[in-house]
Amino acid sequence: MTTSITGAMLLAADGINIAMNVGFGIIAAIMVFAALSVVTTRNVVHGALWLVVVLGGVAAQYLLAGAEFVAISQVLVYIGAVMVLFLFGIMLTRAKIGADTDLNNSSWGLGIPVALLMLGVLVWAVIDAFGDTVITDRGPTPTVEISDAFLGPYLLPFLAISFVLLAAAVGAIVIARKD
Amino acid sequence: MAVSELAGLFQGDLPMGSPMVTGDPLLDGPLLWAPLIVVAIKVLVIFVLGLVGTMFMVWFERKVVAGMQNRVGPNKAGPFGILQTLADGIKLFFKEDLLPDRADRFVFRLAPFLAFVPAFLVWSVIPLGGDYSGGRDGIVTILGQQTRVQLADPPIGILLVLAMSSIAVYGIMLAGWSSGSKYPLLGSVRASAQMISYEAALGLSLAAVLVTSGTLSTSGIVASQTTLGSWNLVTTGFIPFIVFLIAATAELNRPPFDLVEAEQELVGGFNTEYSSLRFALFFLAEFMNTITMSAIVVTLFLGGPRPPAIGNTALTIPLIPGALEGTIWFVLKLLVFLYFYVWLRATLPRLRYDQLMNLGWKVLIPISLGWFLLLAAIRVGDSNGWNVIAVVVIALVSLGLGYLLFTAALRVSSRQRDREGAMY
Repeated sequence: MTTSITGAMLLAADGINIAMNVGFGIIAAIMVFAALSVVTTRNVVHGALWLVVVLGGVAAQYLLAGAEFVAISQVLVYIGAVMVLFLFGIMLTRAKIGADTDLNNSSWGLGIPVALLMLGVLVWAVIDAFGDTVITDRGPTPTVEISDAFLGPYLLPFLAISFVLLAAAVGAIVIARKD
Repeated sequence: MAVSELAGLFQGDLPMGSPMVTGDPLLDGPLLWAPLIVVAIKVLVIFVLGLVGTMFMVWFERKVVAGMQNRVGPNKAGPFGILQTLADGIKLFFKEDLLPDRADRFVFRLAPFLAFVPAFLVWSVIPLGGDYSGGRDGIVTILGQQTRVQLADPPIGILLVLAMSSIAVYGIMLAGWSSGSKYPLLGSVRASAQMISYEAALGLSLAAVLVTSGTLSTSGIVASQTTLGSWNLVTTGFIPFIVFLIAATAELNRPPFDLVEAEQELVGGFNTEYSSLRFALFFLAEFMNTITMSAIVVTLFLGGPRPPAIGNTALTIPLIPGALEGTIWFVLKLLVFLYFYVWLRATLPRLRYDQLMNLGWKVLIPISLGWFLLLAAIRVGDSNGWNVIAVVVIALVSLGLGYLLFTAALRVSSRQRDREGAMY
């Protein structure tokens, strides 16, 4: 997500790769449309598929920014694993074809402030981290650099994320166990 | 390291020992017409060869299985029945294209393409040939342009293969769901469970190769396997190769792992409701995936298009220019695995569902994980100058302890399940 916002800031600066920004705009438009479709569609599976489009758009934005490894990880992890499990779960429980009427529950309005809060946090994080720095076009990031970074100075956050996943796995087992 | 030396030969501006930059020399510098034309030619050749190869594979499978079962097999259309697939294809084109009444129309139409396109895309990163004579490292000259005989050589190479195989799950899963009928849904739920389970073992045995080769790029992996002794088959110690082969067979939903389309139980599996062109796409995707997986095995473990070599003497085929030789070796190695898959189909009975899951989760994943950790330990010990024997012994002891804990956990869980009186 941070990459897309950095891209938006680049759009305002001078001497910037125009083709890249046009590409960014097109993909971003598709992503916004798909994201709206996720919450407005009347079929759960279609919603999940629109979410796949959004996540694929994120991967495309990463590619545009020259982050090949991050892009392919996005495809592998989110499209290849997380969304497949989503669909798998939907199919096992409520694989209904056609429109569903009870997809919105009564507390959907709460989502709006939460979404705005998330947006605020992300915008703040990006502005805080980069400020007015213009990020130069460095070409693709070598995978070696990325792995050195996240197994070196960023090892602790990396491990923390792993623990989140571990917690999720343990939680899934607890829910699945019938006792 | 041999790899960076070889890369250095072609990128003279790179100092030795700098981070290895693989990649196609074609796309260095400004983009001109000639590189674009070369890329277009490559796309066309891969597309046509992919389709023709798939047709050949269908014929090959039918003919070999027929031979193993003492039958003649296709023998009417063309010499040796080689045009049988073409005839079948034409027949499928002219059949009525049924759309079930209760189907989800858009997804039903989309699913065959989701199965077919990833099978094609994987071909873009597989080294299909090249000139390996005289230290040329697989670089050939087309239209005055130096390039590799592969469509693209991104630094993330082999991860694209994994990503595409995880996208292929969508095709099967959505095909079953969107048909709006019970058997396809059951088939696709089985398929996705199976493919998700075996993807882990596949990825872990692939990781063993990546640890030994030290690169993600497919051309880099090929470049690291210069001699017979340095084929990843040998350097990773055979186990990842065997695990990869088994997991790949399961990923392909081929016998003995073809529970997905178990005819006796599911009518036809996820594609029961499909007919005509859409069925043909699934059919093509299945056979193309078989060739793709074999090509990946060849690339990862058998040195890809590199001719077999012992020490500095490489096996050369007389009278064939070096640029073609790589492709010949690649096809020869590929045929071994294609035959192997057909052989499995003719010999082995289908696994039961619980056997399938036990093999995947309790055998393949622990073995490939343990072996990967062992290789990683040896690699770390190597770069730190530790005693190899001590590293191996300590690693084996700790892996053994882990295995004991694992079996103890399995025993406890099965005892608890017995006490609860569960059926499985």
